[in-house]
Amino acid sequence: MSIQIWTWILVGITFTLYIGIAIWSRAGSTKEFYVAGGGVSPLANGLATAADWMSAASFISMAGLISFNGYDGSVYLMGWTGGYVLLALLLAPYLRKFGKFTVPDFIGDRYYSNVARSVAVFCALLVSFTYVAGQMRGVGLVFSRFLEVDINTGVVIGMIIVLFYAVLGGMKGITYTQVAQYCVLIFAFMVPAIFISIQMTGNPIPQLGFGGSDENGIYLLDKLDRLHKELGFAEYTSGSKSTLDVFLITAALMFGTAGLPHVIVRFFTVKKVADARKSAGYALLLIAILYTAAPAIAVFSRTNLIETVSNQEYKKMPEWFGNWEKTGLIQFDDKNKDGLIQYVADAKKNELIVDKDIMVLANPEIAGLPNWVIALVAAGALAAALSTAAGLLLVISAAVSHDLIKKMINPNITEKGELLAARLAAVVAVCVAGYFGIHPPDFVAATVALAFGLAAASFFPAIILGIFSKRMNSEGAISGMIIGILLMLFYMMKFKFDWFGGGTKEDWWFGISPEGFGTIAMCTNFLVSIVISKITRAPPEEVQEIVENIRIPSGAGEATHQ
Amino acid sequence: MVSENKKKYWNKNLKYLAILLSIWFLVSFVFGILLVDELNLIRIGGFKLGFWFAQQGAIYVFVMLIFVYIKLMNKLDKEFGFNEDER
Repeated sequence: MSIQIWTWILVGITFTLYIGIAIWSRAGSTKEFYVAGGGVSPLANGLATAADWMSAASFISMAGLISFNGYDGSVYLMGWTGGYVLLALLLAPYLRKFGKFTVPDFIGDRYYSNVARSVAVFCALLVSFTYVAGQMRGVGLVFSRFLEVDINTGVVIGMIIVLFYAVLGGMKGITYTQVAQYCVLIFAFMVPAIFISIQMTGNPIPQLGFGGSDENGIYLLDKLDRLHKELGFAEYTSGSKSTLDVFLITAALMFGTAGLPHVIVRFFTVKKVADARKSAGYALLLIAILYTAAPAIAVFSRTNLIETVSNQEYKKMPEWFGNWEKTGLIQFDDKNKDGLIQYVADAKKNELIVDKDIMVLANPEIAGLPNWVIALVAAGALAAALSTAAGLLLVISAAVSHDLIKKMINPNITEKGELLAARLAAVVAVCVAGYFGIHPPDFVAATVALAFGLAAASFFPAIILGIFSKRMNSEGAISGMIIGILLMLFYMMKFKFDWFGGGTKEDWWFGISPEGFGTIAMCTNFLVSIVISKITRAPPEEVQEIVENIRIPSGAGEATHQ
Repeated sequence: MVSENKKKYWNKNLKYLAILLSIWFLVSFVFGILLVDELNLIRIGGFKLGFWFAQQGAIYVFVMLIFVYIKLMNKLDKEFGFNEDER
């Protein structure tokens, strides 16, 4: 059977499954809509968190990024897993004990201020919208390549599916769909990885094959370092970013991970504090399966790509080469007219441009794996993109219906009214996300990475200080959040969008990239918060009691929105 | 008396956090980034050690850290009577 038929079959089966789950787990109350009723088991929550977390970026782009950046790609691996240690140890148990529905809820109550709540709502919306647009784009990419529909039609199909189960099921529907989506995506990621690992190193475990050797007994990584040197690229295992920048980017991704509202909110769905800890453990374990295999795939596909194309005749390229050329994601320009492909670091002589986003998707084809495996990867990529999109949409809709409408505009709204508002907000959010998926503004790709900087610069310090410092007051937290996020926005706009006079790499402050600047903005937030809180009055007695209370796990009760 | 108990619990919790987060910092920022060139001189199988920490080792340690934390805290909760049994 052809790849296309296989893809229709597998995508059809998985989509039917998601819709079936959505119908079975409809949400009847706001509590079910926001936190799945608060009774999710730790394992189910771990599975859902893992799917929620692993987006189109993790599934499609990350291995490709590492493949092209070598050691420098480590920032994503350490950054996007190390954040879970912070989440599990510093945030999840206490936020669960606090027992509210959303992150702005915590900020608003802990800092006894609607200004703090509004700032938090603004940050949550900013972070989530930039993130969700990228997911919709990923959906469109998969549809256009594998099902040969128009990329815009692909985005619309994705929108309808997400709309259906996010609006109908709320957090409850999303949770159980995400459990299924984790299974689909991890299977789809690992099957080709195992096949290729066996093919190239004889070892069925990609994490070990990564350090294995080929049939001539040469270690794969040594071979790749040599190939890179021959073609003029930086050595694969050394990288080219400065140590300071690698350090700061890794830190920004870690702290950002721990400050992302759509991840934090997952820990509100379990029954008790011990379950929140446990599900963070399960989540990282399940995420680590993909994250330790990704760098192996990066090495396999990089080696395969170079060996397949370098100095080979263009006419003799395999079928996948032409297929991807049609999408414009592979471009060949025979500059010296010798009919051979010169793939080298020197931009003047290089004749081949390969988009890094296609490495995972093209990898099974490059390795010549059976058609059903290729189709499986397409279904997995869709699962990754849809599950994250749904989680983000829920944060957006809860921020509007719960934090804005219920908590600030109309506190007397009925349960039914709030539920309706939440559903309407989700519909609007899907449409906005779809619009950005179809008309991607240039800055989407840039801002997805920067969303982490924004989360680190705003939420992380406010939440940590709210738990670990009884003395932290609203004046400190609000000024810290505002200065942190403004500083981050300023740096990002200056160096990414050329505002405020713009600037090139040479103008970066101390050589710090905008991606790494989140760490600096976060430290500034901490500093400002602490200084301001010292010179203003202590928080009221009852707030200090709340802090005492969230530090003790017993008596968590159920999540409530009173 | 109760608040004395809570204080002790909290201090012990902070001690655990300090130890676990030091390890977290060590395997990622120190081994994987700051000392990566020095560690790359050492090899285990096909890997340079610094590179291995950055792309594999740190992640394995992260997972272990969380499970150790779960174990320690469950024990601590029980010791101080702050554990919640299934309702």
